[in-house]
Amino acid sequence: MKVAVCVKQISDPSEAQTIDPTSMCLNRGAKAILDDSDAYGVEIALRLAEVAGGAEVVLISMAPNQEVQGVRTGLAMGATSAVVVSDPQLAGADALTTAKVLASVVKRIDADLVIAATESTDGYTGTVPAQVAALLGWPALTFAKQIELRGSTLSIQRQTEDGYDVVEADLPGVVSVTAGVVEPRYPSFKGIMSAKSKPVEQLSLGDLGLSVAIDEKVLAVNDAEARTAGQIVEDDGSAEAEIMNYLAQIKVL
Amino acid sequence: MITNCVILAEPQGTGIAPVALELATLARGISEQVTAVVFDVDAQAAAETLAVYGVTSVVSLGDTSSHLPGVPVADAMREVVDRVGANAVFVAQSYTGRDVLARLSVLLDAPVLTNAVNVREDDGGLVVENLVFGGEKVVSSKITAPIQLIAIRPKSVAAEAAPSATQPSVTEQSVSANSQANRAVIVSSHVEERQGPKLDEAEVVVSGGRGLGNADNYRYIEELANLLHGATGASRAIVDAGWVPYAYQVGQTGKTVKPNLYLAVGISGATQHMVGMKGAKNIIAINKDKDAPILQIADLGVVGDAQKLLPRLIEAIRQKTGA
Ligand SMILES: Cc1cc2nc3c(=O)[nH]c(=O)nc-3n(C[C@H](O)[C@H](O)[C@H](O)COP(=O)(O)OP(=O)(O)OC[C@H]3O[C@@H](n4cnc5c(N)ncnc54)[C@H](O)[C@@H]3O)c2cc1C
Ligand SMILES: Nc1ncnc2c1ncn2[C@@H]1O[C@H](COP(=O)(O)O)[C@@H](O)[C@H]1O
Repeated sequence: MKVAVCVKQISDPSEAQTIDPTSMCLNRGAKAILDDSDAYGVEIALRLAEVAGGAEVVLISMAPNQEVQGVRTGLAMGATSAVVVSDPQLAGADALTTAKVLASVVKRIDADLVIAATESTDGYTGTVPAQVAALLGWPALTFAKQIELRGSTLSIQRQTEDGYDVVEADLPGVVSVTAGVVEPRYPSFKGIMSAKSKPVEQLSLGDLGLSVAIDEKVLAVNDAEARTAGQIVEDDGSAEAEIMNYLAQIKVL
Repeated sequence: MITNCVILAEPQGTGIAPVALELATLARGISEQVTAVVFDVDAQAAAETLAVYGVTSVVSLGDTSSHLPGVPVADAMREVVDRVGANAVFVAQSYTGRDVLARLSVLLDAPVLTNAVNVREDDGGLVVENLVFGGEKVVSSKITAPIQLIAIRPKSVAAEAAPSATQPSVTEQSVSANSQANRAVIVSSHVEERQGPKLDEAEVVVSGGRGLGNADNYRYIEELANLLHGATGASRAIVDAGWVPYAYQVGQTGKTVKPNLYLAVGISGATQHMVGMKGAKNIIAINKDKDAPILQIADLGVVGDAQKLLPRLIEAIRQKTGA
């Protein structure tokens, strides 16, 4: 079995986020890191591979400038290899374009199972996994908070508005996982060292035989109506009185 | 010019989800014809409701409940889009909405814009607004393809009845369930029961975060919510930690709430949390850290230890209400 894990490499979200006034895209920091959301996908894939008795786990990523730092983190966790697609034409790529690139890599490496996160931290379109599935003609088992593989049958617990559904499909398929499904492992020192020599294939759009047209445009970025801080009080042992006053003022009490 | 807009009126409980009425309100503002696609509901009853909001026709797909909606509903919607010559499709930013829109985007080879909080007409086209950085900035974007596929966050626009009700035609359309990809079968459904008002409809929401210290302390949140006749909510941190079910989550991946009062306890105010509660009329936050971002948007911010303050607050409310 071959599992492809979609991993997005993003600017460190703990650093200040700014928007470039000309391209109106998010400025990318110096370092690309593995999106936290995708660390869950990597962990799930590694566990499924262990259960299946040694499946290959291939990380697939589309990144504007051949970034590999984030991918190395996933390799250090234990993934087998990685494929990174970069092309100047992909700057500002929308979700469908991204999905076309990822689906084409899935076909190229001939994976049976694709794992992605429900949404990325910086883009959070939240449609890429189901678009990848649609392009491949596979089912998408989305919003999985638990996943199991029995033989070639996938079974997940799919989050719903008021609980969860158990959903099943036979491979091949795409699964999108929510955060918190598992605790992603920390790369060990040995893992970090061995990641340096694991294969990372770099591809361009041409290598995949793809050309893209991006049909979306950012027109403007403006300040939203701001909500300002009101009164701030320290709890000196009687702050409940302040809260009671406020509740009375807004007629909740 | 948008002439025909198709909206997905997804089911909730035995009827259609309230967000469908928000979609209808938005759609009729920009498009003369509004076709609503419904499934797994009583189509006549749904049409009566949608008529109040100006929907001009209703297409019912019957019962699709044995499979995940993504494939069958998108297949059917594609037919509807072709038949009515739609140039815009609105769905909710929900589990179902996202799955359907993603499939539809591939079927029509058209891009999507998601997380929209507003859609307006401009220069014959549509401008879609969404919020970034926890609601600090509004990004306006445009789709340059012939069809506009848009997912709208619930509670972004108010549902308003049309000046006069319509008399929508109701047609049945069967779904072809034999597509290769339509293999995701729903084996069983589990509802996590909860008491009190619904999170996204409650006038008062009391939410807890990691600052509660442990799962057991969530009982303070339940008690407060109960005393204030509100619903209980949570940050993702404590949902992920397994203290409370997913259905409690407020924020970007959880519910959007717009109550009269949002009381946030031990929640830092990450951008992804704020985007789900910033629309509350009044915000009270209790946090140990005076620099916590949530205090920047709170009308009343209390810097203090929640574990010490909550029992006192609960007692004070009890005394006042005699509960
Ligand atoms: C793609 C994506 C989607 C996300 N979606 C959501 C979402 O929908 N909803 C959501 O909530 N989050 C979401 N998150 C997660 C979000 O980024 C934060 O990690 C999360 O909101 C933090 O939860 P928290 O405030 O409870 O925990 P923390 O950030 O750990 O904050 C705990 C707070 O408690 C305070 N505190 C500690 N002890 C006490 C005490 N004794 N008394 C009072 N205060 C105390 C601390 O000062 C701190 O401010 C998402 C993240 C990503 C990447
Ligand atoms: N550029 C990318 N490279 C690899 N995977 C991606 C990329 N963009 C999105 N994904 C995957 O799709 C998920 C959803 O992304 P999004 O639609 O941006 O919210 C992410 O969490 C990733 O698993």
